[in-house]
Amino acid sequence: MSPQVAGQIELLGQVLISGILLGGLYALIGLGMSLIMGVMKIINLAHGELMMVAMYITYGMFTLWKVDPYVSLLVVCPAMFLLGIAIQKFLITPVMNADSVLPQNQVLLTVGIGLVLSNLALLLFTANYRSVPVSYASKTIYWDVKAGGQTISLSFSYPFLVAFGIAVFLGAALFLFLGMTDTGRMIRATAQDKRAASLLGINTKRITYITFGLGAALVGAAGALLDPVYYLYPQIGGPFTSKAFVITVLGGLGNIPGAVLGGLVLGLAESLGSVYVSLGYKDAFGFIIFVLVLIFLPKGLLGKGRA
Amino acid sequence: MTKSLAAALLSVAALALLPLFVSNTYVLHMLVMVLLWVLLGQSWNLLGGYTGQVSYGHAAFFGVGAYTTAIMVKSGLSPAMAWWGLLLGGILAALVGSVLGWICFRLRGPYFSLSILALSEVLRLIAVNWKDLTNGAEGILYIPAFNSKAAYYWIILALAAVSFLTIRAVMRSKFGFYFLAIREDQDCAESLGINTTKYKLYSLLISAFFTGVAGSFYMNYMGFIDPGIVFSLPDISIMMILCTMLGGAATMEGPAVGAVLYILMSEAFRVFLKSGHLLFFGILIIVIIIFFPQGIVGTLRERWAGRRLRAASPGISKEVA
Amino acid sequence: MSLLELRGVTKRFGGLQAVGGMTFTIEKGEILGLIGPNGAGKTTIFNLINGFLTPTEGEILFKGELINGLKPFQVCRRGLARTFQVVKPLARLTVLENVMVSAFSRTDHRNEASRIALEATAFTEMEAWRDRLAGSLPLGMRKRLEMARALATRPDLLLLDENFAGLNPAEVEKTITIVRKIHASGVTILIIEHNMRVIMSISQRLLCVCYGEKISEGSPAEVANDPRVIEAYLGAAHA
Repeated sequence: MSPQVAGQIELLGQVLISGILLGGLYALIGLGMSLIMGVMKIINLAHGELMMVAMYITYGMFTLWKVDPYVSLLVVCPAMFLLGIAIQKFLITPVMNADSVLPQNQVLLTVGIGLVLSNLALLLFTANYRSVPVSYASKTIYWDVKAGGQTISLSFSYPFLVAFGIAVFLGAALFLFLGMTDTGRMIRATAQDKRAASLLGINTKRITYITFGLGAALVGAAGALLDPVYYLYPQIGGPFTSKAFVITVLGGLGNIPGAVLGGLVLGLAESLGSVYVSLGYKDAFGFIIFVLVLIFLPKGLLGKGRA
Repeated sequence: MTKSLAAALLSVAALALLPLFVSNTYVLHMLVMVLLWVLLGQSWNLLGGYTGQVSYGHAAFFGVGAYTTAIMVKSGLSPAMAWWGLLLGGILAALVGSVLGWICFRLRGPYFSLSILALSEVLRLIAVNWKDLTNGAEGILYIPAFNSKAAYYWIILALAAVSFLTIRAVMRSKFGFYFLAIREDQDCAESLGINTTKYKLYSLLISAFFTGVAGSFYMNYMGFIDPGIVFSLPDISIMMILCTMLGGAATMEGPAVGAVLYILMSEAFRVFLKSGHLLFFGILIIVIIIFFPQGIVGTLRERWAGRRLRAASPGISKEVA
Repeated sequence: MSLLELRGVTKRFGGLQAVGGMTFTIEKGEILGLIGPNGAGKTTIFNLINGFLTPTEGEILFKGELINGLKPFQVCRRGLARTFQVVKPLARLTVLENVMVSAFSRTDHRNEASRIALEATAFTEMEAWRDRLAGSLPLGMRKRLEMARALATRPDLLLLDENFAGLNPAEVEKTITIVRKIHASGVTILIIEHNMRVIMSISQRLLCVCYGEKISEGSPAEVANDPRVIEAYLGAAHA
């Protein structure tokens, strides 16, 4: 193998690795959105803004008390859970069945919530870019592979690796929760058929609160995990909301395992696209994939979901 | 001529006389902005309020209109010639609209809304990255043709009036009935003989055309644009929805009422809150949806008529029966 | 030539066969009743005829022309109208506006559309309800609005999907009169109905389906006494 070929392989390997690691975080974002989508049948356009809130909480804890972002997950997740419940209970539930000329009022409502959150952050923290300068921010782990007489050296960003690990753990925990606990089963039943679930005595209103709380907690976790590797600023939510709905559609609306796949696909697409096509159009790939999937694979990559 | 038409024409005539009494340029600027948003609100209302296709992507048409004019000047035409951009920008916006509609109308409800949002973001990214054509993020700047604010005022007043009368005429024709039927129940509309895809596209074309005209006017008036301004999701697409919702979706007067309040509030918030001025619009969206889902005009009509749902009906049957 | 002809029409959803090998004809001027237990596939047959669904196999001919694959609005414009079992009023439009919408499939002019709509609402005896919003109508009137709208498209064939369900006895009588009036005006009718008294008195011919297949066809008396029909409704023990 010539050095050029080895170099190409190394680049590709590197791109795939960063795509998958990023995809793990995206999956976490998508899981929250998909859960909400499945139970409430609404698209939460404040999803990225919820993540932004979690990022600022993490940032605040680090700056004030030097709390490590991974430790602050223990505070961020419950806090976001409560915020999610409050939003669902006091804002979204009241308009679920309201009559209005404009359809999809609830979706528009989440747009309003997103604007409020991002502009509150703007007033509180100004538009400045901030970061959480942890000691391990640029720590990297190398892995050398010998093949065909050449050494291919692949690197793994430590914070991304940790984030990926925690994302996998949280994802697994969510599956166990949905599969093994009563509340989890009630959430699944409500997602499948809300009316039937409520006829069976499930308090579906309570389930929607919990679901929105869980969705917020999951995206909040993603926010905390992103902090060590990303800048944060008040408007960061918008692009992540877009990513969240791209992921959700890729996976099949409301399809939980699909969201994981959707996250990985988007992570890989962005990573491959920005290296091999154009960095400037990086965000466009997600949107184009999104529209193509909606039209040609309306049930998502796995062909399930959208009951 | 009906009473409502006479009232509309009288108000336009009265508004046209206004610059003879108002010379304060700030006030005139505010009036220009109000009328610009009347035009934008009406355009969105046709597709969103009357046809029920909620678009989160109208910034695409505004941006195409604005860039059409900007690129005309950039490629050597005089700023005075750039006024032809009103027509060309509108037509190009309608063309872009037909492509977006062809793609997105395969989807219904929120999936339509999101797909058109996604494609308008793609257009924004193209405007940022295609530097040869658009100057990228730096934007395009030129000195506008007129010095007098009054001239701009009369032009935008004429545009808003033309769009008002056009949309009014459309809503009183077969097209209007079909748009409303599509909003109320697409399957039913289809089985009553309506080619729903075609008529949704018609509605989008008219709506995109006027939005493109508005975008082109904006460029002619302000003399500067960049992709972040004219393709903005929060500042254009969402505010078009807000204007319509605030005044009353699916009413002829709603967008006008919404535009007046929007510009007044927008100025007040900008002064008091500076960068975070969108905060109040976020709160406003939430308050309207929870407490006044029919908007101001809609809610007032409901009160007067004393009948639920009344607000959204065009009220045509009384005239013809 | 029959007005409508189904030849071996089959519809499968995934592995599930909803309608199998359906073959029947409707002659111009008749009233054909379509009966069968719940879930027999009656509404699916309507959806296949009017274009909401495309048959997996088979042919549907209307006025001698193949119509499967056409969109509902195209089928409507050829003179085939339907009503919905689950009524679909255009809720924020008045009754008259609702009917005008469908009248526009026959004219581009508003005055002409309103004339047709006034006629159709008069025909279905809804004059007093014209200015009410369709969303605020009681069920009986919603069902009648379905008929008025279908009529305003000037159909040659009208598919009525359970227009009697949920009506009180007085409304049932009124609706029977209206259906007869529609028929007398030259419209051919295919009707789905559960109320046996109604369907026996209205239809000239009956067709019974069960599990998506035709199990009996003939005069109302023949079909009603067909052991297969009785079995389908009441189970084998009663046959």
